[in-house]
Amino acid sequence: MKFFLGLLIALLLIAHQDNWYWTDNKLVWGFMPIGLLYHAGISLAAAFVWFLTTIFIWPKEVEPGDETLVHTNSQEGVS
Amino acid sequence: MRALRFVFENLAELPDTSGGIRLIVIALYMTLLLGLGYLANRGFTGTKKDYLLASHSIGPFLLLMSLFGTTMTAFALVGSTGEAFKEGIGVYGMLASSSGIIHSLCFFVIGVKIYGFGRRYGYTTQIQFFRDRLESDFVGVLLFPILVCLIVPYLLIGVMASGTVIQTMTSGAFANEGIFQNANPAFAGGLPPQIGSAVVCIVVLIYVFFGGMRGTAWANTFQTLVFMVLGLVTFVLIANKLGGGENLLESLRNVTAKVGADHTTRMTMSKTKFFTYMFIPLSVGMFPHLFQHWLTARSVNSFKLSVVCHPIFIMIVWVPCVLLGIWATTDGALPAAVMAKIKPNAVLPALVKFHTTALVGGLLTAGILAAVMSSLDSQFLCLGSMFTNDIVDHYAGKGRIGDTTQMWLARAFVVAVVIAVYLLSLVANRSVFTLGIWCFSGFASLFPVAFAALYWRRLTAAGAVSGIVTTAATWYFLFRESKFGADASYALNIPFTDGAQIMPVVLMFALTTIAMVVASWLTRPPSEETLQKFFAEN
Repeated sequence: MKFFLGLLIALLLIAHQDNWYWTDNKLVWGFMPIGLLYHAGISLAAAFVWFLTTIFIWPKEVEPGDETLVHTNSQEGVS
Repeated sequence: MRALRFVFENLAELPDTSGGIRLIVIALYMTLLLGLGYLANRGFTGTKKDYLLASHSIGPFLLLMSLFGTTMTAFALVGSTGEAFKEGIGVYGMLASSSGIIHSLCFFVIGVKIYGFGRRYGYTTQIQFFRDRLESDFVGVLLFPILVCLIVPYLLIGVMASGTVIQTMTSGAFANEGIFQNANPAFAGGLPPQIGSAVVCIVVLIYVFFGGMRGTAWANTFQTLVFMVLGLVTFVLIANKLGGGENLLESLRNVTAKVGADHTTRMTMSKTKFFTYMFIPLSVGMFPHLFQHWLTARSVNSFKLSVVCHPIFIMIVWVPCVLLGIWATTDGALPAAVMAKIKPNAVLPALVKFHTTALVGGLLTAGILAAVMSSLDSQFLCLGSMFTNDIVDHYAGKGRIGDTTQMWLARAFVVAVVIAVYLLSLVANRSVFTLGIWCFSGFASLFPVAFAALYWRRLTAAGAVSGIVTTAATWYFLFRESKFGADASYALNIPFTDGAQIMPVVLMFALTTIAMVVASWLTRPPSEETLQKFFAEN
């Protein structure tokens, strides 16, 4: 799951470099420049990927003096 | 919704007699913040830990609002609108959508891990962590002045922007003579920036001093809500005024139709520069004030809401600002006399001033100032923490100076830095956006050191010191080359290309990484004890 989520984040970073709407002057709904709408979509997609991260690879709690791990994959039991 | 619309429509019909009403609203808002600091002070337990870290009591919602409010400063509202006015919609992709991915990445990869070490080993500042991890006292001596120097431009953009905003919004409140005289009609008869900036600094200092981290977190939450809600209100009011349609959608269509293609596309923007802007949000991984905010969290789970909602909140704030910026380029958006002399920093306050009434304008100004102050407060508090923990307590001997004395020393240091920044703001004449980019570039170049300290066992003190010195040297050299930010379009040319350019941060980041890796490999690895302490899971 860590690998899959890492891949999604990498895809987001690649999708961010959009060449395709660079000079497109289209206004979606008559007012929203398509280049701006696309990047607003990237923001929403990022929120979704981070939501998946909190579900699948979130580290376990750390208490003061706790000698256990800080970043532990609770789903995969990696310690 | 109908009731809300009724309120806005009626507010908008109040006559705009002068900047005096706006001045009163701004004054009331400042008083409210002082009250908040006083209330937070009533819950203060008297210990340094409570003052600096709110006793690790900050839950998910307060943490989200604190982190977001701290990262969204004058740069986000005033800077983004001004830059969109200059460059068009590309500013959103350059910094907002990339920040949505990378800020949360930093919260997750750096913040959560730092929180764990901070709770376990009792750190309050970044330098405490680096000294421990790198087994080096010198790294703290080196890092302290560099971090303080990098925070100065960050503070400067807040102080400068608040002065400009207040002057623009209060223009007309006084007769255009004496200290209130200004040839620019957008500023004539307004409170001079030297007074407005001073008032903002004093108010923030007072509520930070009274309320400590708890007061700062409360004020951040309150102010983040204020600037998000009022930002959306501004957007709707100005869209209706500029578009003049029967409803909001028609107004939006009318006003955007008048914007030129150079502003609704990225046709004038360099693709390589756009790509290399991706490095700049990495600065979040090294901001000392965010480090301190991370440590206030009640638990690791408190970070979840911040990680998920941060990109959405950025979108809510930046999309309206970018649209306002491009609308400001259209005919009639601003009076011709104002348009002829306007600077990017003044675009948002000018739009608010000319397209809303005095009362609404005053409230919206409070919203803009809220964004500015919600960053200044964290930075002030962080400077004090670094001074007491990394210098006073560290060199005087832990616990030898009482908590109360340390807190007063922290306050004295913060006041000294704020006075220096204030004096600098009187002579600096730079774009908020440009200055912000230079500040963030410096912090982003230190990111490899923070990342390696957490994930690379082989990082040594010599490696970290080499990286930090390289960042400081290249940052200063390139900043000087840009005439200390006066050349707003400064970038590096890529050799053997047809004029392709990259942001200076790329060179700084690459050289820092190389210096850090090479010096680490050439020196003895950290002790087994340190590796066990920080890399037990590997």
